[in-house]
Amino acid sequence: MLYRENGQFKTSYRADQQVFPILQDRVAIWGLVLLAIVAVPLVAPEYLFRAILIPFLILSLAALGLNILVGYCGQISLGTGGFMAVGAYAAYNFFVRVDGMPVVVAILMGGVCATVVGVLFGIPSLRIKGLYLAVATLAAQFFTDWAFLRIKWFTNNSSSGSVNVAGLNVFGFPIETPAQKYLFCLGFVLVFALIAKNLVRSHIGRSWMAMRDMDVAAAVIGIRPVYAKLTAFAVSSFFVGVAGALWGFVHLGSWEPAAFNIDRSFQLLFMVIIGGLGSIMGSFFGAAFIVILPIVLDNLTVALGFDTALAAHLTFMVFGALIVFFLIVEPHGLARLWSTAKEKLRLWPFPH
Amino acid sequence: MGFFLETLIGGLMSGMLYGLVAIGFVLIFKASGVFNFAQGAMVLFAALAMARFSEWAPKLLGLDSKLIANLIAFVAAMAVMVLVAWLVEKLVLGKLVNQEGITLLMATLGITYFLDGFGQTIFGSDIYKIDVGLPKDPLFLLESTFQGGILVNKEDLYAAVIAAALVVALSIFFQYTATGRALRAVADDHQAAQSIGIPLSRVWVIVWSVAGFVALVAGIIWGSKLGVQFSLSVLALKALPVVILGGLTSVPGAIIGGLLLGVGEKLSEVFIGPMVGGGIEIWFGYVVVLIVLLVRPQGLFGEKIIDRV
Repeated sequence: MLYRENGQFKTSYRADQQVFPILQDRVAIWGLVLLAIVAVPLVAPEYLFRAILIPFLILSLAALGLNILVGYCGQISLGTGGFMAVGAYAAYNFFVRVDGMPVVVAILMGGVCATVVGVLFGIPSLRIKGLYLAVATLAAQFFTDWAFLRIKWFTNNSSSGSVNVAGLNVFGFPIETPAQKYLFCLGFVLVFALIAKNLVRSHIGRSWMAMRDMDVAAAVIGIRPVYAKLTAFAVSSFFVGVAGALWGFVHLGSWEPAAFNIDRSFQLLFMVIIGGLGSIMGSFFGAAFIVILPIVLDNLTVALGFDTALAAHLTFMVFGALIVFFLIVEPHGLARLWSTAKEKLRLWPFPH
Repeated sequence: MGFFLETLIGGLMSGMLYGLVAIGFVLIFKASGVFNFAQGAMVLFAALAMARFSEWAPKLLGLDSKLIANLIAFVAAMAVMVLVAWLVEKLVLGKLVNQEGITLLMATLGITYFLDGFGQTIFGSDIYKIDVGLPKDPLFLLESTFQGGILVNKEDLYAAVIAAALVVALSIFFQYTATGRALRAVADDHQAAQSIGIPLSRVWVIVWSVAGFVALVAGIIWGSKLGVQFSLSVLALKALPVVILGGLTSVPGAIIGGLLLGVGEKLSEVFIGPMVGGGIEIWFGYVVVLIVLLVRPQGLFGEKIIDRV
């Protein structure tokens, strides 16, 4: 009854092309955004920001980037952690070496550097694909892991190997309290989600999807594989690089290469699979799920009286089982469940 | 020169072990078209089972012969691996018939996580040792030619012999038996193989069991050398470039790729490493593979990839 598009006539091309064509969706999204900007910072306790909200926002930005590559363009990548590291360390270098560098610019420059590295490691995708490419992208992961650990220049010759940033501020507003950090990340995520949504609706997004569905056929109908694949790598690594810079600057504050190791890559891939391959919404669902699940499992096992080692193993098992479960039962992930629910709601209360 | 040869031989030996893990990947890919990311987890799982069973068997049965304890443990561990193979087919692969390679790859990623967690839950997560009586004493070769001779580990020699025997046996199995042909047919096209009467589920159980067997052998050799612990599953990440370098469908390619990367890794670490800060073993294999793939996208010995619309 409440969720129905009856009577919402579109009288202009513009109205037909909106991101959310149904009025109720628009209202809900604006409500959600207002809630996130205004209400959450007022009421949420500090623990919630530190443990859930900030990691959720940053990881969903990274998942968004990975989803563009894996979900929309079909180029499976296991090197996401490496691109995050490139973003973080490049942003660090810009921030530390250039006097008076604004934080936002440094973070975006981190994204630009990640783009360059991403395109570089994306070049093999023109020759190889599928499984071979998945292994080839691991090269990016291991190489960056090593480079940031061993090459002192990247860490500004820090003796301990870890780097840290402090005193962040945007136009004079400090980013110190968890609520300020949260709002800072939220700003990035909102802008980038809008960009991503519009990119995948555009001709670039359609060429990505054609590449994903059948690359030879796409090439035959006139989509340039070089352009489609490399733009996917570029956009994806830019998002991932910005997320990496945020992860280092805002969430961790001080970090070392282990923060972006191969487990991070797998974690992001799981977010994309469980959330929904080829869905912007799904990236957020997946990130929320994977950020919250370990916390829930930890509390559950502790409440049941198990020790922490067992809790860690259980988390492993649940992750593994969930991935298999989603691949079998709902390959399009939580996002598909969400859209099915919406379909049902449209027909409710008469299911025919 | 003696040092160079020693490095070379050390590289060959560790390359042999990479190759052994890589065979497991190749077997499953060749026989079912699944890129089995879980091979490393299977090695860890098999080795854990072996180590724990050989510890438990004497206590339960009151025996004190190490040989019998090891035999029992080996049979039991093999039984566990067959059970794993059967469950994987029943619960995962059977439901993903005719899906794309990438979906199957991600499913094995899920299996990896599950096996890692499950293995450590039931078998514990400490460092265990496997002692199957492989000789540990070093051997000195060519002592008259070089000062001090060349140090070779006897254990490594045994490992090399076992690996070579496995390769020969598996190659014959794939090339000349009816089952081997059925396995290759399934790899080409699940649906077509099924439609001419090849029992898909049985083929999958067979091939995962064989891969489990290879994992068990690899696990025993690595385990008796370094002890069984979680880091063993990282081995799979070492074996990945090996598989790709050799070509996904070639069993001898896995061994040759293993040897090449093993040697390359050791030599580069010793001779190039100090110039750039060391630790380049971690990425050396991957970067070599990346370069090789740009020239030969199917790896050194893989079948040519043909695209059709």
